[in-house]
Amino acid sequence: MSKGYNFAYLDEQSKRMIRRAVLKAVAVPGYQVPFAGREMPLPYGWGTGGIQVTASIIGRDDVLKVIDQGADDTTNAVSIRKFFARTAGVRTTTRTPEASLIQTRHRIPETQLKAGQIIVFQVPIPEPLRWLEPRETATRRMHALGDYGAMHLKLYEDIARYGRVTTAYDFPTLVNGRYLMSPSPIPRLDNPKLDRSPALQLFGAGREKRIYAVPPHTTVKSLDFEDHPFTTERWAQHCARCGAGDSYLDELVIDDRGTRRFVCSDTDYCDTRLAGTGGAR
Amino acid sequence: MSGPLLEIDGLCKAYNGRPALIDVALDLWPGEVLAIVGESGSGKTTLLRCIDGQVAPERGAIRFDTRAQGMVDLTLLNEARRRRLLGNDLGYVHQNPRDGLRLELSAGANIGEPLLQAGHRHYGRIRATAESWLAKVEIDPGRIDDLPKHFSGGMQQRLQIARNLVTNPRLVLMDEPTGGLDVSVQAKLLDLLRRLAADLDLAIILVTHDLGVARLLADRLMVMQAGRIVESGLTDQVLDDPHQPYTQLLVSSVLQL
Repeated sequence: MSKGYNFAYLDEQSKRMIRRAVLKAVAVPGYQVPFAGREMPLPYGWGTGGIQVTASIIGRDDVLKVIDQGADDTTNAVSIRKFFARTAGVRTTTRTPEASLIQTRHRIPETQLKAGQIIVFQVPIPEPLRWLEPRETATRRMHALGDYGAMHLKLYEDIARYGRVTTAYDFPTLVNGRYLMSPSPIPRLDNPKLDRSPALQLFGAGREKRIYAVPPHTTVKSLDFEDHPFTTERWAQHCARCGAGDSYLDELVIDDRGTRRFVCSDTDYCDTRLAGTGGAR
Repeated sequence: MSGPLLEIDGLCKAYNGRPALIDVALDLWPGEVLAIVGESGSGKTTLLRCIDGQVAPERGAIRFDTRAQGMVDLTLLNEARRRRLLGNDLGYVHQNPRDGLRLELSAGANIGEPLLQAGHRHYGRIRATAESWLAKVEIDPGRIDDLPKHFSGGMQQRLQIARNLVTNPRLVLMDEPTGGLDVSVQAKLLDLLRRLAADLDLAIILVTHDLGVARLLADRLMVMQAGRIVESGLTDQVLDDPHQPYTQLLVSSVLQL
């Protein structure tokens, strides 16, 4: 653990301020709570929101896992994990079941989360109504009045044009039957994992300075039409490494002739399955 | 038939101390078309905006017969209650269709939005309703997926009217719906409005400075000047036999060809 920094980098007053915002967010599921975002030693868009939430709630006994697009070994994940290992001296892991705190960008782990775990999402655009209405005053009013009918217009336009809903990530959800929420750019496949999850789910947007939350066992409903119910994406292939047929697959180009192969985006899930089956393929 | 649909009493509104509405009172009955005429700045649009809740009046009452709860004074409601009680009872057609439409979304989505707002969640039925409304306002239903920004001004205005009527309102407020359209398009639009109003038993408050439009559409006419209603009565009566000097001036200043 490096000297000269406060525990987990942020000063105690900033952490308390962020914890107050987190508490309010948990009390009003899906509601975006403004907070005084701090400058962090990484640029906006790299997870400043998530890292501030993590810094405020992490304790000495926590075991931290950080993933970026499902992977534990990408630059962003490695840097943030190292950051907390140095400034807070906490244990880190890549194993989903062993982590007490998971910071993520763009994915929810395939392994089902348990009660007691906390997952922190990095959020670029917290406002699901932004595409419809550029003014913050107007979107806040729409949230206050539950004025969400227009949100279905995006789905309507998709079906009218392409015959199906094409929104593949950041698929809008209604939390606890009240607030419309952007689930951050997770793939549509991960949306059902948000619903009634036993883990606490926190969302931090650094540039936009908003925190919101889904407490454990809260309903999170993806928007749909009665005659076009919400569906998740499917692949014709299974994972080329572990053979999983239920996980989110990345398409990788593996040589100069355009040969492609599909593998799990969740590296821990894939490795665990490989270890368990003794390396099926 | 029960009582009036809308009762306005002693309505006053000033902008920065400059009065825009002075003691305005009117009654409107279900299915009635009321035209409000007067020169620019006479308070016509302010009156519409007060009824629509865009502007809060300083004094006076606006009682509306809601489907949900009967007579309610709209001036006493906050925004959330107003929406809950009023639901889709009230429509507003803007002078400029660009203010009342989402130009970047398709015509079908524009008609579908009020339905979604009212809680409809069946894509097929919403689309079928949108198609039938396009036909009713004489737009080719084949253009349901086209963007309104590629429509002509007259088509945009008809689309705006369809969007307002799709949820079956009791009262539609129209602010110069024919302004900015050329004469033949105006005539078609007026025909359409007259037919729809009769078919749907719709009450309309129509603000216009065009006495011809008022004559064609309105059962009753009110003349406003400097924030006051100076004369009111049956349309033909007021236009054929204007009593007030201001109304006489207004009527005599219409070009005769």
